[in-house]
Amino acid sequence: MIRIEDISKTFRRRRVLDALSLAIHETDRIALIGANGAGKTTMIRCLLGEYVHAGTITVSGHRPRKDRREVLSEIGFVPQLPPPLKMPVGELIRFSSKVCHTTVDRIGGVADRLGLDLSEVDSRPFYKLSGGQKQKILVAIALGRDSKLLVFDEPTANLDPQARRALFSLISERLDEPMIISSHRLEEISGLVNRVVELDRGKVVLDDRVADAGDISEIQACEIELIQPDGAFERAIADWQFASPDGGATWTGEIAGPDRIRFLGLMTRYAGLIRSVHLKAAPNAASAQAGSIQGDPSQGDAHV
Amino acid sequence: MSQFLVAARLDISESLRAKWFVVYVVVFGGLIAALFAFGLTESRVMGFTGLTRLLVTYIQLSMAILPIFVLITTVRSLAGDRETGVSEYMLAFPVSLAAWYWGRFAGRFLIVFAPVFIAMMGAVAYGAFKGASVPWDHILFYTALLAALGVCFLGISFMLSSFAPSIDIAQGTAFLIWLVLLLFLDLILLGVMIREQFPADLLVAIALANPMQVFRTAAMMLFDPQLVLLGPSAYVILDHFGYYGYLAWAFAYPTAIGLVLAAIGYWRFKSGDLV
Repeated sequence: MIRIEDISKTFRRRRVLDALSLAIHETDRIALIGANGAGKTTMIRCLLGEYVHAGTITVSGHRPRKDRREVLSEIGFVPQLPPPLKMPVGELIRFSSKVCHTTVDRIGGVADRLGLDLSEVDSRPFYKLSGGQKQKILVAIALGRDSKLLVFDEPTANLDPQARRALFSLISERLDEPMIISSHRLEEISGLVNRVVELDRGKVVLDDRVADAGDISEIQACEIELIQPDGAFERAIADWQFASPDGGATWTGEIAGPDRIRFLGLMTRYAGLIRSVHLKAAPNAASAQAGSIQGDPSQGDAHV
Repeated sequence: MSQFLVAARLDISESLRAKWFVVYVVVFGGLIAALFAFGLTESRVMGFTGLTRLLVTYIQLSMAILPIFVLITTVRSLAGDRETGVSEYMLAFPVSLAAWYWGRFAGRFLIVFAPVFIAMMGAVAYGAFKGASVPWDHILFYTALLAALGVCFLGISFMLSSFAPSIDIAQGTAFLIWLVLLLFLDLILLGVMIREQFPADLLVAIALANPMQVFRTAAMMLFDPQLVLLGPSAYVILDHFGYYGYLAWAFAYPTAIGLVLAAIGYWRFKSGDLV
């Protein structure tokens, strides 16, 4: 679907992309990773037709620069940093719906699932919203339209666990579309992708398939038992909407499947406090099949 | 066409929300109010009084204020959009570059022209209400001249924004251009050159090439058809163009300059990096 052939881009004698080639197929959900300055954002901007470059890019046979409208009408894009738009949210949504041939209601529906009521922020200038609200609106605009490719630059940044869970669920409904998800940290997005492409100094240094993580919309029930209650842990786990029935000794909650690694990363910070962590497929989740962290996949359980 | 209108509307609403627009409206509205308050309609210069006198002063002041406002605010917002990531996001929507660029140009033109025109028409309405005779032919010419001046400086601004790599460079260059054009008015450096007896052809060429001087001369011509105020160079102008020929030049030349420079800016915009 997308062919990137020998693209190079130089800024003031500094080569940011160096004869980069990549073929992206319709079933690919790519994690585009790499350090700062590796060329991730530059590659995305070339793909969006925002940079002129050497080499060729085609999206469904169209060139992004020459056939802008054809290419961009197929791409849902979320930038790394929300732009400081002064226009009210309502105006941004109306503009987007008009040029992307979608409806305000459809975008509003996606925002709703992400936990944002558009009517509450309709008249507020976009740049005055919180980081999370901005991110939700940008995701809603990208997903509230028909597209054939999703390009997300750090999509989970600024999102709380609940919104991330909703985002994973929304993405799971569009697995027939290829995706490029750029991130500094693979663990943030590992559950969403089936291919990892790492850039370094403008070149592809790793292009690997990863085992399909199963159902992206999977929800897992989690129970944590502490050696003793702890204030810092309480604050950290509150961000994940966990509750404690006994004053902080045990905690229960739900996490989205693709968030497991991120969640376990948090657990490692409090390893000295934790007696046990128990993860299993939530009984009312869409999929009863839990991923295998360390447990027995046939039981759908994972124990740490 | 619809994308052109969407881009124009977007730029208009962005400008209406901007602080510079409030200042712009206050300056031109305040100017008219001040001219009335100081009793300019009652004063007499070269036999002109009433609304004609007020409009002559208004148009001369507009010549000094409008270009710098247009230049600085336009390059700030266009180059600023690129620098802050607004362009990266907005240009990822499926909008053609031509519709985006020219739509914004049209929207911005309406925004810079409307307050100047509305202030002038407000003065006319108030003057007529007070019983003054309305010089419709002057108003028509002034409207055309102000529109031409607006297009001219918008074209310069759009071109600068396409070429300049940062807001600072765009703003600094815009200010420099305005300063050079201002210096080469008959009131300032051109006046000195005339006094120092530089070749007449050179002086006339500068006067005809400087859109601000062209505007000033044409505005002057409406109440001083023989251009007595301009001195000997008036003969060269009138001999070459004639009265109506020069008025046509004063409208066509700045408009053409603005459109050509905007087109160069568009060429640069669509053939270079967009962000």
